[in-house]
Amino acid sequence: MSRILIVAEHDGAKLNPSTAKCVTCAKQVAGASIDVLVLAADGASVASQAAALAGVGKVLLADNPANAEPLAAVLAPQVAKLAAGYTHVFGPSTTYGKDLMPRVAALLEVGQLSDVMAVDGPHAFKRPIYAGNAVLSVEAPQDAVLVATVRVASFEAAATGGSAAVEKVDAGVPLPTHTRFVSRSGATTGRPDLQSAARVVAGGRALGSADGFKIIYSLADKLGAAVGASRAAVDAGYVPNDLQVGQTGKIIAPELYVAIGISGAIQHMTGIKDARTIVAINKDGEAPIFEVADVGLVGDLFAIVPEFEKALG
Amino acid sequence: MRRIMVGVKRVVDYNVRVRVKPDNTGVITEGVKMSLNPFDEIALEEALRIKERGLADEVLAVSIGPADTQQQLRTALAMGADRAILVQTDAAVAPLPVARIFRQLVDKEQPFLVLLGKQAIDDDNGQAPQMLAALWDRPQAVSCSKIDIADGKATVVREVDAGLETLEVELPAVMSVDLRLNEPRYVKLPDIMKAKKKPLDTMSLGDFGIGEASPFRNVRVEPPPQRTKGIMVKDVGELVETLKKKGLV
Repeated sequence: MSRILIVAEHDGAKLNPSTAKCVTCAKQVAGASIDVLVLAADGASVASQAAALAGVGKVLLADNPANAEPLAAVLAPQVAKLAAGYTHVFGPSTTYGKDLMPRVAALLEVGQLSDVMAVDGPHAFKRPIYAGNAVLSVEAPQDAVLVATVRVASFEAAATGGSAAVEKVDAGVPLPTHTRFVSRSGATTGRPDLQSAARVVAGGRALGSADGFKIIYSLADKLGAAVGASRAAVDAGYVPNDLQVGQTGKIIAPELYVAIGISGAIQHMTGIKDARTIVAINKDGEAPIFEVADVGLVGDLFAIVPEFEKALG
Repeated sequence: MRRIMVGVKRVVDYNVRVRVKPDNTGVITEGVKMSLNPFDEIALEEALRIKERGLADEVLAVSIGPADTQQQLRTALAMGADRAILVQTDAAVAPLPVARIFRQLVDKEQPFLVLLGKQAIDDDNGQAPQMLAALWDRPQAVSCSKIDIADGKATVVREVDAGLETLEVELPAVMSVDLRLNEPRYVKLPDIMKAKKKPLDTMSLGDFGIGEASPFRNVRVEPPPQRTKGIMVKDVGELVETLKKKGLV
């Protein structure tokens, strides 16, 4: 029988929604038992949020002052130790999981599957390659623990309503001090989180400037949406890097994605192909974004976007 | 010798629209333009800039791949790498054995810094740098957009979902680089001529005791489900009406 350990992502206070999506992925491994590991400085609150996810059997809480920041070099040896007895170790394919999980896999001397998008069996999975332009079905060996990152856009979040037990654990392994956290800067905008938002309004290079991007923020606020951007807009300095959607940015799956002034490079499409409905507004009727958009409108975005916002009442 | 080791991979050029083979065994690579993995090119550029600032003496480019990978290593040498090693194999080598090969080369070459791209744009695994750091028991900094080196330490800024994170790591260390770290230089013709004289050593998987190229078995490669083209609306009124019908606004 499969025993799956999910490494929880959190910011010290709140469990990241990516964890609930990993739980859904794990549930698709038939008959699996699912435990969640919370590594934190003081993780009681995060652990209780993980314990409330339906389908979770047990939450392991490893409180340690060294776990205050998510340093892969510090967390990985603990995960590797606590993975003993599990058949699978899953983490989210977010920057947190992408940093941590390969380090865990190497310590366990096993390979890793990145970006699992579908479960075909306990050791059979699908994952995207070539920026999502091909899907690989892959089989992992039966006799080794399988480490994987879960492509969060491919799975719905598990519901709450569970009441798993929380068990305190201590990996009891020496932790390195060669890697030190200095600082983190990020926008605290009050807007919904791009990775998990139900609606996203995104702008591209056609916005022309940081100032031009104001109409995107304004429309997003009207829709209660998160703001995203193409790589071109980030590279041009209109918006910070954490808004980037695409192969090398965030892979998202909102109910509604409004792409404004985004032509639709392959690398950008990779980030949005699981969106439920894509709306594209672009002055170039030949832009590739219209090939995938559910609703397209050709025209001057600087006229259309304010009118759109107004029409929403 | 203060050495920087850079990992580079030969991949299908990022401008190529990749197509799945009709027999579902992989993607079509015959007759397709191959290039240095763009992230690895950025890693190499950073190594060269660190050397140009007087903080390193030698830049060593390492690749694992088929014989034709010599082309990409010659490009790396033309950009400014001092020498290159090709671990030649026709097999698709998975990140863990890649990390094991690099781990052995690290012992031999004693770099103070190993730079790699954050992912190769063919397999999109994004694992080898972190795995090397684990096997080496050294710091890792993933998705770097700024690297400052001083006094046996590095201060790096890395791109994370929440924004930007700054870490201080002791050297030696492994770093994987992101797109905004730098813009790689263009190679000039005289540099291509000069690169032909630079040393390029060839080794084999057997030299590293690597038997199995991957722990996983690739079963099938398929094209992704396609989205179908939707409708075009003529104005904002029709747009809002359509979205209302779908219950989206």
